[in-house]
Amino acid sequence: MAKYTKYPELLSPNGWCPGCGYGIIARLIYEVMEEKGVSQNHIYVGGVGCNANLYGALEGGNKVECHHGRAPVCANGIKALMPDTFVFTIQGDGDCYAIGMGETIIAAHNRFPITVFAVNNANYGMTGGQTAPTTLTGQVTTTSPKGKEGKPFDIIPQMRALGVDYCARGTTASLAEIRKLKKYITKAIDLQLQERKYAFVEILSPCPTNWHKSPLEANEYIMNNVIKYLPLGEYDTSKEE
Amino acid sequence: MKELWKGNEAIAEAAVRAGCKLYVGYPITPQTEIVEYMSARMPELGRKFIQSESEIISINTVIGGAMTGYRCMTSSSGVGISLMQEGLTDAFAKSIPLLLVNVNRCSCGMGGDFGGSTDDYLRDTRGGGNGDYHFIVMVPSTIQEAVDLTYCAWDIAEKYRNPIEIMTEGRLGQMMECVEMPEFKESPKQEWGFDGTTKFMDFGPMRDHDAKYKARMDAIREHEQRWEEYRTEDAETVIVALGMCSRVCKGAVNILREQGEQVGLLRPITAWPFPVKGFEALPETVKRIIVMEVDNDGQVIEDVLITTKKLTRFQNMPIYNLYKPHLYPADEMIDYYRKVISEEEKEVS
Repeated sequence: MAKYTKYPELLSPNGWCPGCGYGIIARLIYEVMEEKGVSQNHIYVGGVGCNANLYGALEGGNKVECHHGRAPVCANGIKALMPDTFVFTIQGDGDCYAIGMGETIIAAHNRFPITVFAVNNANYGMTGGQTAPTTLTGQVTTTSPKGKEGKPFDIIPQMRALGVDYCARGTTASLAEIRKLKKYITKAIDLQLQERKYAFVEILSPCPTNWHKSPLEANEYIMNNVIKYLPLGEYDTSKEE
Repeated sequence: MKELWKGNEAIAEAAVRAGCKLYVGYPITPQTEIVEYMSARMPELGRKFIQSESEIISINTVIGGAMTGYRCMTSSSGVGISLMQEGLTDAFAKSIPLLLVNVNRCSCGMGGDFGGSTDDYLRDTRGGGNGDYHFIVMVPSTIQEAVDLTYCAWDIAEKYRNPIEIMTEGRLGQMMECVEMPEFKESPKQEWGFDGTTKFMDFGPMRDHDAKYKARMDAIREHEQRWEEYRTEDAETVIVALGMCSRVCKGAVNILREQGEQVGLLRPITAWPFPVKGFEALPETVKRIIVMEVDNDGQVIEDVLITTKKLTRFQNMPIYNLYKPHLYPADEMIDYYRKVISEEEKEVS
């Protein structure tokens, strides 16, 4: 695999908070797309929230901003009529697991040949840090002032139960994990490009602003707390009969 | 050659012949025949059919499909269209010329009479979603007309890059009539459609383009009004009615004409833009207007009142309104007309 030391050509300066994981995620996805030769020929279907900054940051290809939660089904409509173009979605956790839970599950169940990236920062970042399905037990947010009751939602067992060909959870919280994450992203993108298959990757991303932590503390919080609830790893059954 | 076609299936076939490349639908009475017909017909022609899991998914998948520049459609009824509203306002904001077919059922909530009415009139002509926008809304009164309007729907929608709706009714969808089906026509990919490489974000949110959208709606108001006049020459009383109701009104007009009454019918074909020009074209003999409609509270009357307020010679004209929740026979229309003439009925104030 070619080593990338330069910043991807088609990635502009972005508007995320200091310490946010989105910048790394966008860069990783774009690096892989450059390697696969689709950085100038793809359609990005996005959601609402912090990932709306991606519309300004990603410069190649077509972009469309969907209503909250609807990105996978919109992507399916595009893919139905443009089957040879790489179509992917990036959504936040509120987008993907709350308002868009139906669309997320249906896209996986029907195996739309798209690639879905879900960025999980355990709260609604853009609106100022409200409780999301992924918020950790006891985590204080602006709508759970005494700490959240109940468990955080874990998508990976659901995806495995649905029998998707590939699902993975990575994080941007450490260098070692970033390297692994790039492998997950590469596999997911390859699956669509080469085999026209659905793939799902969740990325745990720090949210220093709404967690009221420094960027380093936020990364440590993921490595020490979040992954206890939401374990990292990949599940690849695409080669099985 | 004319063939016998069921209303819903005729609309589906007309859409196929107009070049529909993707159909997404969810079953709901009384429009389910469209979904069923498309499930067999689209794959036969190598086109795409998707049965969705909800109307929200229908509209959002169609938005995705239509952004590629191909002709795409969905259809539903009553609550199904209510559920679609977030996508419908998005389709307008994204300037997507998709086709929506509403086979109108009757009443609020779950709805009751599947025979239908035109009680979605205000929701559909005003735009039921957030922000100010309009779909072009065309209301057929026969299956042949439903076919013809569906056949030309995308041509109009693509001209303005505005979404378009065919608002038909349960009865029209379920009954059968002789129809002349048009030939298949070419529907090439629109040049603004997604190609994977364009850098320009054409489908951006509405935000800074308010003037552009206003100009679009004004152009549609100016050029796309459609209506039918029936025996309005020398008419003293003009009945305004649309859809199935207008067919019964035609019968009432014929009976009244035989009895020597000077009655005519003005039938809006486009519910939005409302045919103001049709009112301008009415003869000078008109003394009163009766709006007859099928709904629970009088909806078309709002557009008629606004229209007559705009046109000088109608400003002081008495206007009457007959509405019932279910389609009613010509006898009741004639009774109402007699009461209007004998001044038993009060005009709308």
